[in-house]
Amino acid sequence: MPENKGQFDVAYVAHLARLQLTDAEMAQFSTQLQNILAYVTKLNELDVSNVEPTAHAVPLTNVLRKDEARPSIERERVLANAPESARDLFIMPKIVE
Amino acid sequence: MSLHTLTVCQLRVKIHRGEVSAREATQSLLDRIATVDGKVKAYNWLNAADALAQADAAKKDGALAGIPIAIKDVINVDGQPCTCASKILKGYVSPYDATVIRKLREAGAILVGRTNMDEFAMGSSTENSSWGTTRNPWDLERIPGGSSGGSAAAVAADEAFAALGSDTGGSIRQPAALCGCVGLKPTYGRVSRYGLVAFASSLDQIGPFTKDVRDAALLLGVIAGHDPMDSTSVPRPVPDYVAALERGVKGLRIGLPKEYFIPGMDREVEAAVRAAIGKLESLGAEVVEISLPHTDYAVAVYYLVATAEASANLARFDGVRYGARVKGEDVIDTYGKTRGSGFGPEVKRRIILGTYALSAGYYDAYYLRAQKVRTLIRQDFEKAFAKCDVIVTPTTPEVAFKVGEKSDDPLKMYLSDIFTISVNLAGICGVSIPCGFARKLPIGLQIIGKVFDEETILRLACAYEQVTDWHKQRPKL
Amino acid sequence: MDYEAVIGLEAHVQLKTQSKMFCGCATEFGAEPNTLVCPVCLGYPGVLPVMNEEAVRKTILSGLMLGCEIARFSKWDRKNYFYPDMPKNYQISQYDLPLCKGGMVAISGKTLGITRIHLEEDVAKSFHYETTSGVDFNRAGTALMEIVSEPDMRTPEEAFAYLTALKEVLIGGGVSDCDMEKGQLRCDANVSVRPVGQKAFGEKIEIKNMNSISGVRRALAYEIQRQIAAAKRGEKMVQETRRWDDETGVTSVMRTKEHAHDYRYFPEPDLMPVVVSEAWLSEIRSAVPELPEAKRRRFVEQYGLPEYDAEVLVADAAVAAYYEQAAAGSKNPKAISNWVMTELLSRFADSKIAPAQLAELVAAIEAGQISGKMAKDVFAEMFATGKNAAVIIKEKGLVQVSDAGALEALVEQAIAANPKSVADFRAGNAAAINFLKGQVMKLSKGKANPQLAGEILARKLQGA
Repeated sequence: MPENKGQFDVAYVAHLARLQLTDAEMAQFSTQLQNILAYVTKLNELDVSNVEPTAHAVPLTNVLRKDEARPSIERERVLANAPESARDLFIMPKIVE
Repeated sequence: MSLHTLTVCQLRVKIHRGEVSAREATQSLLDRIATVDGKVKAYNWLNAADALAQADAAKKDGALAGIPIAIKDVINVDGQPCTCASKILKGYVSPYDATVIRKLREAGAILVGRTNMDEFAMGSSTENSSWGTTRNPWDLERIPGGSSGGSAAAVAADEAFAALGSDTGGSIRQPAALCGCVGLKPTYGRVSRYGLVAFASSLDQIGPFTKDVRDAALLLGVIAGHDPMDSTSVPRPVPDYVAALERGVKGLRIGLPKEYFIPGMDREVEAAVRAAIGKLESLGAEVVEISLPHTDYAVAVYYLVATAEASANLARFDGVRYGARVKGEDVIDTYGKTRGSGFGPEVKRRIILGTYALSAGYYDAYYLRAQKVRTLIRQDFEKAFAKCDVIVTPTTPEVAFKVGEKSDDPLKMYLSDIFTISVNLAGICGVSIPCGFARKLPIGLQIIGKVFDEETILRLACAYEQVTDWHKQRPKL
Repeated sequence: MDYEAVIGLEAHVQLKTQSKMFCGCATEFGAEPNTLVCPVCLGYPGVLPVMNEEAVRKTILSGLMLGCEIARFSKWDRKNYFYPDMPKNYQISQYDLPLCKGGMVAISGKTLGITRIHLEEDVAKSFHYETTSGVDFNRAGTALMEIVSEPDMRTPEEAFAYLTALKEVLIGGGVSDCDMEKGQLRCDANVSVRPVGQKAFGEKIEIKNMNSISGVRRALAYEIQRQIAAAKRGEKMVQETRRWDDETGVTSVMRTKEHAHDYRYFPEPDLMPVVVSEAWLSEIRSAVPELPEAKRRRFVEQYGLPEYDAEVLVADAAVAAYYEQAAAGSKNPKAISNWVMTELLSRFADSKIAPAQLAELVAAIEAGQISGKMAKDVFAEMFATGKNAAVIIKEKGLVQVSDAGALEALVEQAIAANPKSVADFRAGNAAAINFLKGQVMKLSKGKANPQLAGEILARKLQGA
């Protein structure tokens, strides 16, 4: 684990998570998260070289469903929750690649 | 006697005998809520007309026929809002029932209202709610615990006969302890998560808050079971939890982990817990000292694994298909503003932490390492359960703190989950039951069991309850 | 300095299943927008995915057909990025332990490697307007198989052949209809150039938005030229994503490496791994159909057909099946092939002729019952009515005259009626016999067996 790989770049990570933060939040989170990250470095004390990660909480496999079509939900209910809809579509600002 | 003070089992008998109607029970509850909820603020959403209509239409048969149950505002109920105490879900109306809700309906229960919580189940005090903080019925200046603070407070204040909550790192057990009621976290996979708004997918479980252990056993029996809509639910038959309560505890081996009796604990909490253990011994149980050596790492593991999963689970809240939207100049700006203003600070902190733990260059060091230490924690319990049948600990190191006391130090808040978190990481079951008071504030005893051994922890809890009356105490409101 | 191109292709194939990958919504092309949706594929709060068994099966089948190694243990991962066509803003996919690894596609003269095949869920469809975009989630959650090739292709033609062969296998296996116009097969390419002889790969550029297999060929042809030209100018290639515009015929930059996504892959906690047992694998293996390549070879060997015939007949599964049934009842499979290719292929769906009936017709020709010319009329009637050849021949009185006695009489008649031709023939004009033969056919109203008539005529002209 990085002992303290330079300043934790809150702005970059917030962008990855699509969160717009105020300057105050940026500053406050930066400090708070640095503290938390410093705390979690205690995990470095342990030797985990021969330990498997816990991928799943229950040891199940092949949980499969028969390929059968089931009724969908009425469009009116679906669009009723949409913040903006038109022409039976969910509307967003124009997507520009 | 006021109906609202009854337990579920007591009410069931009266309804079954025709002494009380579902409507009367529901009305009594609504009256109680009207009287005290202005102070307790347990409920986010209440529709009296709807509740009474359900009561009038209630089934006559079913394990919970005519019994009103409160629902934490994180579980989807068809036609109801589901805010998760967040502004970002303003306006959202669920188009479907969670599986547990379907099961409650099939059992004849009445869904009486939605209770307050920490936003997206992230918190230990219910101070992170967009709708204000719920108050501890035992002292209105104090928090009820979290994240299921509303459900715990409602049951403690007789504003609900029982309630559903969710537990990811202690969010049922800790508020149950702080509010003096029973709170059960089932084994991971015992109860379906379909319809539970996900916080940490590999840790979340839905469970009941009740006034006594018998009620908890009854409710667990109703909501438990395999669900084809949840790939993580386990195809294992549901035993009769109520019948299993009677088996007695003679010879039951109780493990006491030395790591859970720490300096810095509230002295009275420790004393109450030790007294409770003494009581269990007098009932015939044997005490064994055990060690859970990786206890100290649990909080660190949790705040990497849970936040990582949460960062992905909460990505869907983007203002495209439901909920609130803040319009921006383009798509990215819309996402940023919607999520930046829609989520509260604790949620944003955890999303950032979780995103970082998964990000390129840091995955191995943070997320992967944490999942490996999680395995060590799980193995601690497996080894311990070779020596004992259940593990008993305090539920929390301290009693309810004052509103605002810890809210500006996230890390301090996280550390108060120290006794409950490991249970989620190991995927095992745990129940908190009242075992005393410190300065008139409730203290919780946690009984931890092996995977799918809810019967044993409930049996022990029931035996303790039968020789004590902590669970019968009620706050003065 | 000469340059060569290195091409790798990523194909996304929509699987032909009744329901979506993780929910029970139906999969239908062209349905009204947002009518094939549910809380799961819309990414509503609280929903959970459940794996479609048939999608897993079809992916394993594809792996078997393409010679892949099927993973005994396979798992799911979350691929995290934000986009309006992503209901959860993460896609459930497979990262480090996909269902299939390795494999290959054979094209003429070369085998092209496959790196891996994995299963994931498709995204929604967006429509773009002036200031807004609209999203239709019908497609979101459809089972999608991603096939990643090794960077083994060197020319646009090889890429074209790879995709054509891949389509053939997948369609033949009933895995997908691979209709690119319906978005059932989508393709992205990775292209780089390097000096011939250099071992190291050049910087690879991703090309997107190629909407047909020939579009892929065109885009690659352009991009390779562009990169070679740039390399010759001494320009350094940077990793980027470019968009092909089929109308203008150029690629342009979409995304540079700095803006490449950090997908933050981690194991999907809501889905359990897939363990493929020996029993399951055997069961799926028994469902692997005969692949087109093998079928063509068998047609050549079993029916003695030329490669051309085999290629034509095997190209359509229904035609191939029809052929085999007809050929089974025939002593002359080549003749059957000729009839199928020339007379049936273009209007196969409209024909009323059963395979056995075609075989009967061919047999009648072989037996000399009718001439090849008469057979065409019989065939036309069979096509329209579905009646047996024998019935039609009888009805129309078309039985070929092969009786030697009858033919002799006709031949003598023709000789007697055409002394000049006879004299021409005897004078050395060999071709005059054809006129006489024609007269015999005319006298017999076309029913004379032409071969026999010719023999008798030749004999009578030579002898007495």
